[in-house]
Amino acid sequence: MKTLNKALLTGFSLVAATALIGCGSEDAKKAQAPFVEINKDPFPSTYKALPSVPTMITNVNIYDGLGGLLENTSVLLENGKIKAIGNNIKAPADDANVIDGKGKWITPGIIDVHSHLGVYATPDTGSHADGNEMVKPVTAAVWAEHSILVQDPGFRRALAGGVTSMQILPGSGNLIGGRGVTVKNLPNRVIQDMKFPEAPYGLKMACGENPKRVYGKKGGPMTRMGNVAGYRQAWADAQNYQRSWDKYKADYDAGKDAKAPKRDLNLDTLAGVLRGDILVHMHCYRADDMGTMMDVMKEFNYQIASFQHAVEAYKIADKLAENNICSAMWADWWGFKMEAYDGIRENIPMVANAKACAIVHSDSDQGIQRLNQEAAKALSDGQRAGINFSKAEAWTWLTANPAKSLGIFEQTGSIEIGKNADVVMWSAEPFSTYSQAEMVFIDGGVAFDRNKSETWAVSDYELGQVAEGDHK
Amino acid sequence: MSKLTLTAIAALTTLAFNAQAEKIAIIGGTVHTMTAQGAIENATVLIEDGKISKVIPQEVSTDASYRVIDATGKVVTPGFIGAYTSLGLVEVPSWAGTNDSSVEKSQLHAALDATVAVNPDTTLRNISRIEGITSAATSIGYSDTIYKGRGAIITLGDDVDPVMKKRAFMSIDLSNSGADVSGGSRAALWLDIRNALNEAIYAQSITFTPQTEWHGTVSKANVQALIPVIKGEMPLLVKVHRASDIRRVIKLTENFKRLNVTLVGASEAWRVADEIAAAGMSVILNPESNLPYTFEQNGATLANAARLNDAGVNVAIGMSTHNIRLAPQHAGNAVANGLPWQAGLASLTTAPAKIYGIDNRVGSIKAGMQADVVIWSGDPLEVMHAPTNVIINGEEVPLESRQTKLRDRYLNIDNEKPQQYTRP
Repeated sequence: MKTLNKALLTGFSLVAATALIGCGSEDAKKAQAPFVEINKDPFPSTYKALPSVPTMITNVNIYDGLGGLLENTSVLLENGKIKAIGNNIKAPADDANVIDGKGKWITPGIIDVHSHLGVYATPDTGSHADGNEMVKPVTAAVWAEHSILVQDPGFRRALAGGVTSMQILPGSGNLIGGRGVTVKNLPNRVIQDMKFPEAPYGLKMACGENPKRVYGKKGGPMTRMGNVAGYRQAWADAQNYQRSWDKYKADYDAGKDAKAPKRDLNLDTLAGVLRGDILVHMHCYRADDMGTMMDVMKEFNYQIASFQHAVEAYKIADKLAENNICSAMWADWWGFKMEAYDGIRENIPMVANAKACAIVHSDSDQGIQRLNQEAAKALSDGQRAGINFSKAEAWTWLTANPAKSLGIFEQTGSIEIGKNADVVMWSAEPFSTYSQAEMVFIDGGVAFDRNKSETWAVSDYELGQVAEGDHK
Repeated sequence: MSKLTLTAIAALTTLAFNAQAEKIAIIGGTVHTMTAQGAIENATVLIEDGKISKVIPQEVSTDASYRVIDATGKVVTPGFIGAYTSLGLVEVPSWAGTNDSSVEKSQLHAALDATVAVNPDTTLRNISRIEGITSAATSIGYSDTIYKGRGAIITLGDDVDPVMKKRAFMSIDLSNSGADVSGGSRAALWLDIRNALNEAIYAQSITFTPQTEWHGTVSKANVQALIPVIKGEMPLLVKVHRASDIRRVIKLTENFKRLNVTLVGASEAWRVADEIAAAGMSVILNPESNLPYTFEQNGATLANAARLNDAGVNVAIGMSTHNIRLAPQHAGNAVANGLPWQAGLASLTTAPAKIYGIDNRVGSIKAGMQADVVIWSGDPLEVMHAPTNVIINGEEVPLESRQTKLRDRYLNIDNEKPQQYTRP
């Protein structure tokens, strides 16, 4: 949210400046009402890291998330950051926690760019189905964070799988489903406590079958061409809205008694995309759908950050690379609907091989617990087809690439000095089925230690229920 | 089609089968026999006429009539059995036409017969078998009653008729979703099932004709279908999650003593593991299901399979259709959460074979068994390993599917011509 905050600050200083001028003697300007500025961050993050002590893990093997492998190395986590990496580092204090990492592996915490935890919380009841406002095709006004049940037990299960951050998205029934939110995987009492500080917002859009199926009998769209007409009209409306605000500002700056346009929450979000503040994450399966959406993107001059699911990305990997669009993919989901029928197991490595940005995602409260294994499958399927990435390179699909697509790579997604200490220590080489996240650090605090049941978070829902606090 | 043509086709099929039924010797691998012989390093497995003819605990040289497959450094297992699938009944479940795995508004409930709906040419066959699944139990996946009817056991080999065992088991749902289609309450559900089984007891002495008078509440066709179940001749698969519901199923078997019950799903089974073991029931589960999707699954845990196995319960793993090929990964995760590795392998082989009473045909490597054998690049429960050779009914199948063809087309795309001219 860096750019967003900057814009906000500029906005405030403008207001202040005009106010000062207003206090002066010029009558024309005195007549101006206060400048109307839209607060772009009305639900600010109140995230607070867990308490932590300096922690040094020694003799450990590291996939740094950037494609590098460091063997028998030490890493120091201090004040929530990765402080040092190397063979000759020392623990800074006597009370530092020193962990012998011999035989274990360190990676950056996994980042899932596609989760519905909290918006479709377990227990999976109608009461908890808060993920998709399927009342009209364009609901850009809704924000996933206003639906999230932070007590969803799924968050803790994902943590036990080494997931330290995730983007929670609205569902895919709508052409434009609403805003997603990026969170640290540290549930607390309210969603603001989880919001990843300074992460940009994402906008969920959806291609193809789902909007057709949902709206085909409720006034449309009922076809793919209807879908595309719907996106284009929405962007055209957003451009118009932008122009009305630009005119208001220009008129105001010119000293006129300008009247602010009526706020439209749908168009606020869409205009945020056109300004570059909000990142588009677009559910598309078919290559031809993605091809069309790349043209819509050019027509309205915005950037698609990622195609989500992207089951056919392998068919157009070169075009995705040219257009700088990430593909967030499953290793092997296929066949549950026609647009998933051409899914192949080599999708992820084929996309990466074309030098396009490849991401392993889950869209599943089960899959999110084992994303390391999803990457492992994709890697080995690729290797058998002659695409030879290393394990270290494949780890970029789980951390650096998702962080980049969410706009949080400056803070997390790799083991580099100065980054957030979002780190997983694995019991064994993490591409093995048998490897488990043994310790998970978020901002240097121990969020999960498999060997210490007192570190296992228990959601409110689970208190007083069968098997409270059990191995899950 | 005339009788003549049918005979002609049958003759052709036999010829084709014989031509392909070569003699195969697998040498040098570590063979997991899943018998008392255990795992044997450097064993030789001989295959002839679609069957395993010999397992020799050392490497032997064979005469030229055998094609030799060198499995040195590799792992040899029985072909894996899809424990609970709808293979052959569905291509694309959502909104795409052909879907014989879902039944609504039918008068037939218990009598539904998956056998006659199986499509041997399903694209799922090759996609599944090239990853080591060589046979499967297949069942209706959804119906609007508690009954999913009678399922079949199928082979994923090239046989024209894939059915290895027709009407092989009966599948019913006594979980929340079963209650939902029983007026919304277990109070109705359990009366329904007890009543149906009681009527089946009465019906076993009747020879049914269209004229037979029958005043039961369960229709004639349905009650007849339940007769082999109450006799214990047809395994009864019961979907159930809650510990108290599992106890109720056990109670049911005390009243209907010959029922041969296997629990399906069974998220809270570990809580009553000893009772399940004492009742001699098997369990088919997804070991990765560890969330409270409904209140009946509050006890769900990754440790379910391990805890059941510790109590002596026969545990089978593999509940999926399009991705039944992930059953080895699921078993691997059960192992990561405490299941012994051998039990993990058994959950994909001998455990399902035992449930369906087909352990004399598949699930282990010994003389006389159907030659379903898979050679793996390494530990089959490890996600990064895969089959290098798959033999079904004595024939090595090509490691090709619609998916590998799509892959090969786009790996070798010619940018000068439209891609549809690229033949993989």
